[in-house]
Amino acid sequence: MLGYVANRLASLVASLVVASVVVFAAIEVVPGDPASYMLGMNATPEAVAALRAELGLDAGPLARYLGWVGGMLTGDFGVSYTYRTPVSGMVADRLQVSLPLALYALALSTAIAFPVGIWAAARRGTAVDAGVMGATQLGVAVPNFWFAMLLVLVFAVNLRWFSAGGFPGWNAGVWPALKALTLPAIALALPQASILARVMRSSLLDTLGEDFVRTARAKGLTRGQALRRHALRNALIPVLTIIGLQFSFLLAGAIIIENVFFLPGLGRLVFQAISARDLVVVESVVMLLVFAVIVVNFAVDLAYAAVDPRLRRRV
Amino acid sequence: MRSLWIGGALAGAFALAALVSFVWTPWDPAAIDIAAKLRPPSATHWLGADHFGRDVFSMMMVGARVSIAVALVAVGIGMGLGVPLGLAAAAARGSLLDEAIMRGNDLVFAFPALLIAIMITAVFGPSAVNAIIAIGIFNVPVFARLARGGALALWQREFVLAARVAGKGRARISVEHVLPNLASLLIVQGTIQFSLGVLAEAGLSYVGLGAQPPTPSWGRMLAESQTMISFAPWLAIFPGLAIVLTVLGLNLMGDGLRDLLDPRVRRARA
Repeated sequence: MLGYVANRLASLVASLVVASVVVFAAIEVVPGDPASYMLGMNATPEAVAALRAELGLDAGPLARYLGWVGGMLTGDFGVSYTYRTPVSGMVADRLQVSLPLALYALALSTAIAFPVGIWAAARRGTAVDAGVMGATQLGVAVPNFWFAMLLVLVFAVNLRWFSAGGFPGWNAGVWPALKALTLPAIALALPQASILARVMRSSLLDTLGEDFVRTARAKGLTRGQALRRHALRNALIPVLTIIGLQFSFLLAGAIIIENVFFLPGLGRLVFQAISARDLVVVESVVMLLVFAVIVVNFAVDLAYAAVDPRLRRRV
Repeated sequence: MRSLWIGGALAGAFALAALVSFVWTPWDPAAIDIAAKLRPPSATHWLGADHFGRDVFSMMMVGARVSIAVALVAVGIGMGLGVPLGLAAAAARGSLLDEAIMRGNDLVFAFPALLIAIMITAVFGPSAVNAIIAIGIFNVPVFARLARGGALALWQREFVLAARVAGKGRARISVEHVLPNLASLLIVQGTIQFSLGVLAEAGLSYVGLGAQPPTPSWGRMLAESQTMISFAPWLAIFPGLAIVLTVLGLNLMGDGLRDLLDPRVRRARA
């Protein structure tokens, strides 16, 4: 197990290094000098040079890359060009919306997909199964931002159960904040739940066909007992991977959904930063999201090995 | 088989609408007619008119063009780069090249497609071309992985061994013997990536990172309709339905093609 963890850890670090180089290089080729952009057309060359020195832009690319990575490791994400405030503070504020939203959606998606997928697998070939498969086929095809708009139309405009957008902040209380995140979370969860339910169903069907399930039935367990005690746990392995992958889709998907509901999350921050050419912010937020995705995938790999001892040997 | 026909008909209908839009649309999709502003669906404007009085149906026909073109070229990029990479990795199994290609794949997978798009837009500015590149890059590892996996299995087969005994090189075997046997696998995956591309294009143009005005696109029509959803819901409903039906059609077609082209699945079902 230790060797496996070390191997995965090495690959994690390598991915992070390469990813940071890619992100840094991408932002590096952006035409235009942030300092002259910030000071406007009438700035004197001296003022531009002074600002460049202040922002650390006069150093070479390697020095700036190392400074950027070193800063991030210590929680210093640089200073926003437009707001002149530390990026880390801005990101921390926005994470209070984006992270709960992604987790909320993940919880919803799992809570829906598990029973539905198991139900369909247990009733294979019946109308229930066909209905679930049809519904999930549709769920995969619906763009989540459009589904979000329909939710707004029905539940905010017509029924007035929820507000159409905005976020009261956690200071207003947990309940109003969760309520504001509910429609966005449902919209985010729908396609993910559809995919997850399909994976759950097919994985469970595969395990139900295994010999050990037949043995369990032969020793006198009912279909339901064999499913619960023997098949389910073994069917969870592929499902776990998909849940891990989905977390990254949810974080990225939240970028669009936040725009539908005007939520002050990371997604809104990125778009505001792009239109203001505030590249320090774009760079840091993108890197943070990539970091989250890579770390989650790492965690999934470990969870995998914990569930399935066979994988620990196969490095 | 039934899903192939239903899916093919749905996807075909949208492809046809896109083709017809080159020569004919009921109205000029760019023509502003303030008198027709926000007119609900009727015999004159089949799917209604937007806040500038532009005909929604005509805009959707042209939007289909953008959507299909972006997704198709993105699949082309994914296949064009991914398949050779995957074949090369399989042919040089276990080598440094194989390892490098697969690690590169993992890395691209770690960037959600949307983030790639955002970064490209931040660097080069929003346009349909950049949307294509962003979606296309994400397709590359999908096809590379698929081609490698399929090719690895084929390299164990007797006919490949026979070709090696006959003195053919690895590159030639990859092209002449491995690739043709991967075709059905690639076609099925191509259909699925196509549908994902349509969804991604819609998402990107919804947030303003796709085709730029005045070119109509489904995603931007939805974005523009959002503030009017309470009094002109048709503006939000029809472009969304178009996306759903196209994606659904392509997914069904992919499922149907898989059943048709993969004899193993067919035998398992029979």
